[in-house]
Amino acid sequence: MSPPWIQDAINGVYFVAVLVFLLGLRAMSSPATARRGIVYAGAAMFLAVAVTFFSPGLNNFLLIFLGVAIGGLGGWYWARVVKMTAMPQMVAIFNGMGGGAAAAIAAVVLLSDISNLSTSTLAVAGAIIGSISIAGSMIAFLKLQGWMTSKPVVLPARQVINTGVLVVGVAFGGYSLFALNAFWLLPFYVLLLLYGILLTLPIGGADMPVVISLFNALTGIAVALDGFALVNGPLGDAGYAIVIAGVLVGAAGSLLTVLMARAMNRSVANVFFSAFGATEETGAEVHGQLKPIDAADAAIQMAYANQVVIVPGYGMAVAQAQQKVKELADLLEAKGVTVKFAIHPVAGRMPGHMNVLLAEAGISYDHLFDRDEINAELAATDVALVIGANDVVNPAAHRQGSALYGMPILDVEQAKNVIVIKRGQGKGFAGIENDLFYRDNCRMLYGDAQTAVGQLVSELKKS
Amino acid sequence: MAADLWTALFIALLAAFAGYEIISRVPVLLHTPLMSGSNFIHGIVLVGAIIALGFATTPLEQAIGFVAVIMGALNVTGGYVVTVRILSMFDRSKSKEGPK
Repeated sequence: MSPPWIQDAINGVYFVAVLVFLLGLRAMSSPATARRGIVYAGAAMFLAVAVTFFSPGLNNFLLIFLGVAIGGLGGWYWARVVKMTAMPQMVAIFNGMGGGAAAAIAAVVLLSDISNLSTSTLAVAGAIIGSISIAGSMIAFLKLQGWMTSKPVVLPARQVINTGVLVVGVAFGGYSLFALNAFWLLPFYVLLLLYGILLTLPIGGADMPVVISLFNALTGIAVALDGFALVNGPLGDAGYAIVIAGVLVGAAGSLLTVLMARAMNRSVANVFFSAFGATEETGAEVHGQLKPIDAADAAIQMAYANQVVIVPGYGMAVAQAQQKVKELADLLEAKGVTVKFAIHPVAGRMPGHMNVLLAEAGISYDHLFDRDEINAELAATDVALVIGANDVVNPAAHRQGSALYGMPILDVEQAKNVIVIKRGQGKGFAGIENDLFYRDNCRMLYGDAQTAVGQLVSELKKS
Repeated sequence: MAADLWTALFIALLAAFAGYEIISRVPVLLHTPLMSGSNFIHGIVLVGAIIALGFATTPLEQAIGFVAVIMGALNVTGGYVVTVRILSMFDRSKSKEGPK
């Protein structure tokens, strides 16, 4: 038998770990302290996991070590080798793993003792949310990785089918509690995993910032529910640590989800259930025609500007043009031009995606500006350079009746000159014609972002 | 409902408010590391997975618990490394001073 103080010592470590998690998350409010915060949180997590091995009565040590080694080394290696541009899908997959772990823990709890109604109900709830989170995150991963189409996949009668799958699945879970028979958990899990897949299929790539943060929140809640279920069981008071950590993430993720949805002027429900972007809007009228510009003229226009605002979008990420963009900004600044970057909250595929990409290229974060800050300055801007962004600069957002109506956008049309780098004449993700491109002050520079910005750079070097 | 669950519920309520207050001050610039960092924090599920496997008795429970431990460990290490990598990028961009 282990001495009686050992449980107190273990709980003490969990207590400190929770405290450090809170401080670590708070350190996230400033770029200067964020890294320190996460490193401390990492140390606290390491201690919390390490002391768990000393829990009195623990068995199956070999399996535990093996599992931690496989998952730990795998996660470490994978997260290290992956390219920075693949970060959204990495976040999605590791988040899915957490949801899967929560669902699996719930299964073990239910298999070992289904008769305790309050514990079992909490476990079933954790299993529901965890299963949806892992299945949905996997679909998000496949879409972001480009292993399946990032367009909305719309099945016929999907609302009815999806709701049916969810209701029947939950009913199987409820029945297993009622009948005290764990066998019915099998169809329960299958249907809930299926629901997670069906829920995510009709969501398009540009809505991924909302999806990723919601699944992050869901995993947090599933983990917290497991913590609830385990407080009564072998985990004891350590369950509270898991509840707090899970709920913290649930709150943070929910807040981020709402912020992302609000940045598109849509509700979270609209993102999940409307299959946005699956149909093209036709009614919108556009006047004038697209006016192309070549790289040499565009470069001259920018070189003689006082202020250039660069608006990066997902097209820049796809073309991996951020290094070239950094070069361009350096050259312009060397010529005395003020260069600012305008970042829309939902540009890219995860919250804050553009900030990360530009930081990766070495662009200092005091050059990056939020929508509200930069909108006030756009009228006094000589050139706005839009790189692979479309919907976030579409003035249709100001026009009643458009699907984009009300979405807060970057008002680049107010700049004296607008140059848009675009691969072709296609529409944005929302499938809505962008009449910005037809305005008198707008010129189109065709080509993929990498090539087009490269041309601008070499033109600027010549002059 | 057992007293323990009520305690946990009260704690959860406070944690939700704490989370909301802490996170609402995070600037847009740090949204990605915030998401990735909170992704790492829910990796504490690994502790639950270790306990679940550690007290598992039947082969089926052990198998599922084993999978839970692997997934939990993937979540916690992957989430940590990704977050540190993202944040070191912000460090670097500051120290290099960016475009002059």
